[in-house]
Amino acid sequence: MTRVTCIEPDGGAVSIDIRDGWSLMQGAVSQGVQGIEAQCGGACSCATCHCYVDPAWIAKLPPPAEAESLMLTNVVAEQRPGSRLSCQIRIEPMLAGLVVAFPDRQS
Amino acid sequence: MSAPVVIVGAGQAGLQIAESLRQEKYDGPITLLGTEPHAPYNRPPLSKKWLLERPDIATLAIRGPEALQRRHIELQRHCTVTAIDRRAQEVHCADGRRFAYGGLAIATGAALRTLPLPGAQLQGIHCLRTIEDAQAISAALDACSAHGRPLVVIGGGFIGLEVAATARKRGVEVTVLESLSRLMSRVVAPIVSEAAARVHRSHGVQLRFDVNIAELLGTNGAVRAVRCADGSEYAAGCVVIGVGIHPEDRLARAAGLECDRGIVVDECSRTSDPLIVAAGDCCARRRADGSLLRLESVQNAVEQGKSAAAALLGQRRAFAAAPWFWSDQFDIKLQMVGLSHGYDQVVTRGDLERPAFSAFYFRAGRLIAVDSLNRIPDHMQGRKLLDHGLSPTPEQLATAGFELVSLLQP
Repeated sequence: MTRVTCIEPDGGAVSIDIRDGWSLMQGAVSQGVQGIEAQCGGACSCATCHCYVDPAWIAKLPPPAEAESLMLTNVVAEQRPGSRLSCQIRIEPMLAGLVVAFPDRQS
Repeated sequence: MSAPVVIVGAGQAGLQIAESLRQEKYDGPITLLGTEPHAPYNRPPLSKKWLLERPDIATLAIRGPEALQRRHIELQRHCTVTAIDRRAQEVHCADGRRFAYGGLAIATGAALRTLPLPGAQLQGIHCLRTIEDAQAISAALDACSAHGRPLVVIGGGFIGLEVAATARKRGVEVTVLESLSRLMSRVVAPIVSEAAARVHRSHGVQLRFDVNIAELLGTNGAVRAVRCADGSEYAAGCVVIGVGIHPEDRLARAAGLECDRGIVVDECSRTSDPLIVAAGDCCARRRADGSLLRLESVQNAVEQGKSAAAALLGQRRAFAAAPWFWSDQFDIKLQMVGLSHGYDQVVTRGDLERPAFSAFYFRAGRLIAVDSLNRIPDHMQGRKLLDHGLSPTPEQLATAGFELVSLLQP
């Protein structure tokens, strides 16, 4: 289990424990974090699990693969330097303390 | 609306209705009634990633039980609703329980189409809708792989092709039998079908078109072959049938709601009873021109679910976005947006051989749909164009330097 902090669209912060090996999206959605739709269930096909990784963490994550980068250019909310699809972030112990925010619109 | 809200069906649409009600600050009781033993889960991975990697089924859950409890959504599993009594405003369950409602949502999903074939009762014949179906298919693929037995897939649609691709990746020989002349013919243009067929064949999938199944042949109660009407036979260690679904509208029909191959709803998910809404695969949506549209997709379940929740609260929230769908087969990411029915022109962009191309469908010069194979930006921009009612001209698309995104810039 690795603890991460999710900032919901209304600004509230929720700390959740996610099983290592799960995606950030799976962990956040299954625990009811607001602001994620994840309509495709984690197939990198819908761009409705968009999140903003805290600037301090951007460089610590493995960079997005090509498919994710292409999906990110067309997310509904503003694309920022920390934009990622949360279904493509795999949770591991070194991400303990990760902070991500979810936008107010996904579709 | 008066409380309580009862939701029949605990799939993607039912869950969405419950959660949207909470997001819209409805604080009365919500009861979610589901026939399955599981909390609401994602079905799309069952034919794709889950069937390949077979992680813990907990990874399929859309929401964990605590998340539902925290929002005071009462989930009743193993609960089959047998009747809706509109006069008494209550639903009746198979176990004798009754749930009174002030507002009712129907999200009963769809039931598998079956083929009334001789031999259909043999062991080793599977369909795919639930976790248990996927587990059974997974075990059958293990057995096929261990004994060098082939899989026969009946139906060259999305489910059949996704299972075929997964089975090949798991080392099983696969033959796909399709009654029409090409793959996914109900949805995509011939050029897309052909590209998909090339990819499947290149991975060793045998494809047979224009075949009708006559019989499933067995030995000792287990399937051993599929026999076609033309006399040809295909050996089978197991058979997966993917020939579509039909909307589960029996409860609604029995209760006298307007149904026409699905529960008829308007663009705000309202049925012919002002106290009852419906969402997802079980619905047929009446469009402005009077025609009925039935969609089978997560997006439809989610968006109609949002509309249905709003309608229960007396608000209008029309589902107006362009429909989109996706499928993963081998290394093809197939993403579709819009409805291509009735197209009169197709323009392709990209490389048909790789394949990495999109088919843009036009009717009377206006863009109506885009199917993309490994062309993510085309799909995402196609969604935006269709949602905003924008259209490139066929001539623009046929111009090498033309960028779709140029139409989206303010």
